[in-house]
Amino acid sequence: MNQKKSKKPMIISLCLIAAVYIGVFIAEQFIPQQSMLFIVLKKGAVYALVAVSMNLLNGFTGIFSLGQAGFMLVGAYVYGIFTIPVAERMNVYQYFDGGLVQFTVPVIIAMIFSGLAAALFAFLIGLPVLRLKSDYLAIATLGFAEIIRAIFQWNGLGRITNSSNMLNMFPTFNDFNILGPDGKVTVYLSTLIPFIMAGVCILLIVLLINSTYGRALKAIRDDEVAAEAMGINLAHHKRLAFCVSSFFAGVGGAMLAMYQTTVQAKSFTSAMTYEILLIVVIGGIGSVTGSVLSSFLFVACSEWWLRFLDEKQIIGNFEVPLLRIGFRMVVFSVIIMIVVLFFRKGIMGDKELPDLLSRSRKAKGRAGK
Amino acid sequence: MWDTIFPYLLSGISVGGQYALIAIGYTMVYGILRLINFAHGDVFMVSAIIMVYIMASGLPMWICIPLVLLITVAIGFLIERAAYKPLRSAPRMSVMISAIGVSYTLQNLVLYITGGLNKQYPTIPWISDTMQIGAAKTKIVTVVTPFLVILLVVALVLLINRTKIGMAMRAVSKDFETSQLMGIKINNVISATFIIGSFLAGVGSILFFTNYPTVIQTSGAMPGLKAFVAAVFGGIGSIPGAVIGAFIIGIMENIIKGLDVILFKLGVIQAPLGLATFSDAFTFALLIVILVVKPSGLFGEKVTDKV
Repeated sequence: MNQKKSKKPMIISLCLIAAVYIGVFIAEQFIPQQSMLFIVLKKGAVYALVAVSMNLLNGFTGIFSLGQAGFMLVGAYVYGIFTIPVAERMNVYQYFDGGLVQFTVPVIIAMIFSGLAAALFAFLIGLPVLRLKSDYLAIATLGFAEIIRAIFQWNGLGRITNSSNMLNMFPTFNDFNILGPDGKVTVYLSTLIPFIMAGVCILLIVLLINSTYGRALKAIRDDEVAAEAMGINLAHHKRLAFCVSSFFAGVGGAMLAMYQTTVQAKSFTSAMTYEILLIVVIGGIGSVTGSVLSSFLFVACSEWWLRFLDEKQIIGNFEVPLLRIGFRMVVFSVIIMIVVLFFRKGIMGDKELPDLLSRSRKAKGRAGK
Repeated sequence: MWDTIFPYLLSGISVGGQYALIAIGYTMVYGILRLINFAHGDVFMVSAIIMVYIMASGLPMWICIPLVLLITVAIGFLIERAAYKPLRSAPRMSVMISAIGVSYTLQNLVLYITGGLNKQYPTIPWISDTMQIGAAKTKIVTVVTPFLVILLVVALVLLINRTKIGMAMRAVSKDFETSQLMGIKINNVISATFIIGSFLAGVGSILFFTNYPTVIQTSGAMPGLKAFVAAVFGGIGSIPGAVIGAFIIGIMENIIKGLDVILFKLGVIQAPLGLATFSDAFTFALLIVILVVKPSGLFGEKVTDKV
């Protein structure tokens, strides 16, 4: 579209991203592991991936899906099922004679399994659901997420999913730290690895968005009828977007499992989907950069920066009123409502990082507007 | 066999009636604004929380109940004015996101006020008393609910078919813009819709929580979603449809909850299958089936999109 676009902003963006990764690596070696910073970074990376995968559907394809938590659940369970060490299975599946699966696969392969399983579910769900429009589709995907949750909690599948009991003991982010011979950690990697995992996945999504497929998806978002008239196969492209998005939601679910160290079906409720949707909205529907930034902001605010609102604060002799457990979330939701109502474009609108850096962006005018 | 099924059927009818009262709020708002009001289930929950606090203040019962309904109505009205009115000309997706935001806010607000603890719902005299019907022992509320629901629905249908505001509502739901041109004050009509919806949700919450005695910030989500499914099932925009859909869903859900026991007593199965897990999932499966087979629902009108 814009052939003359200079390469400079792109290169600067890549340098910035590389700097962030190096920064994370260095920070990890020198700042104590218990710092809130790392909790925020790890959880932020997980949410960033999930938010971008949701944005691919809601922002770039215009399919308003609310099934994200369901696909994350599939991913998290598949990861857990294939990576719990055989020796621990007797403890984890204590009510089910050690479970049915009696082998493990390497973490990376388990994560790919997670994604594939979620994509398979998405394919099956997509058969009936993708024929629906806007809010019917939203409620149907939400319904499917609830059905998946019920299936995974069913006693009949207990030998695989451990029924409604939790899965744990599988490898977590902390297992990526490189240990010296004396059992002490020599190189900390527990934050960098999730960053790399999320980064690779997001890169793949960005490549998809910028490909022919991506342009077709955007055309579907802007006008379905016109897109169809231009020869875009609606059903095929929608199914593709739905499966790809769910694949990465599944991988995100596996990462969430690693972050949380336990998996339990009952925590993957529709409230989780809503949270991710709000992240996407705050970041800007249709901006990958926005989703990533707002994931970190969202996690940092809810876990760290607004934490002081939950505790008594005394300034001089004056005790600040209203502050007690839960006030943080109230303030937080009010901020979200303000964004939703008055800053509907979110942080980034539909711009990406290189757009921000190119100075002459106003003169160029954006194609497609 | 009848003795085994009857208690489940009875509580199904009762729960169905309570869903019906919530479903009407969904179906009316959708009929007019084309918006899934995700916050409606939370209004239902907030109404219960208000009841907890107002009853704790020691006011007499005949003041409490009207006061609770009044506050619930006010909340519904304010939500519409604050969160949906500014987005009147925005794309539908933004309004839906705003509704999700309101739901998130209400839940967090209640979490803050209650400290995240289960609150005991106050006992309301007479309807909380137990009684014996055939083989089943149940609270009076179970029996009262269906009759009250039918009474309210008849009143509502009369309101919609016989009064000026009702006529305005029908006009707005047929064609938003033309009715504006005809001099209907859209904002008043929409407010009236939200007021009626919240009122019924308030009544529903009194009936519902008399049977399920604790309230927590998330207790509105599931009944809300199910009521929405009921509204879709019956044909969104149609009030009788929503009521019938709600009764069907309520009954099916309770039968599935008791299916293990029923099958066991009939000698079909030897050991419990744990089918009760699927009572929620069934509702959504029903939703998907109806959306695929007949998207306009049982009584809905067929809508075609024009280019």
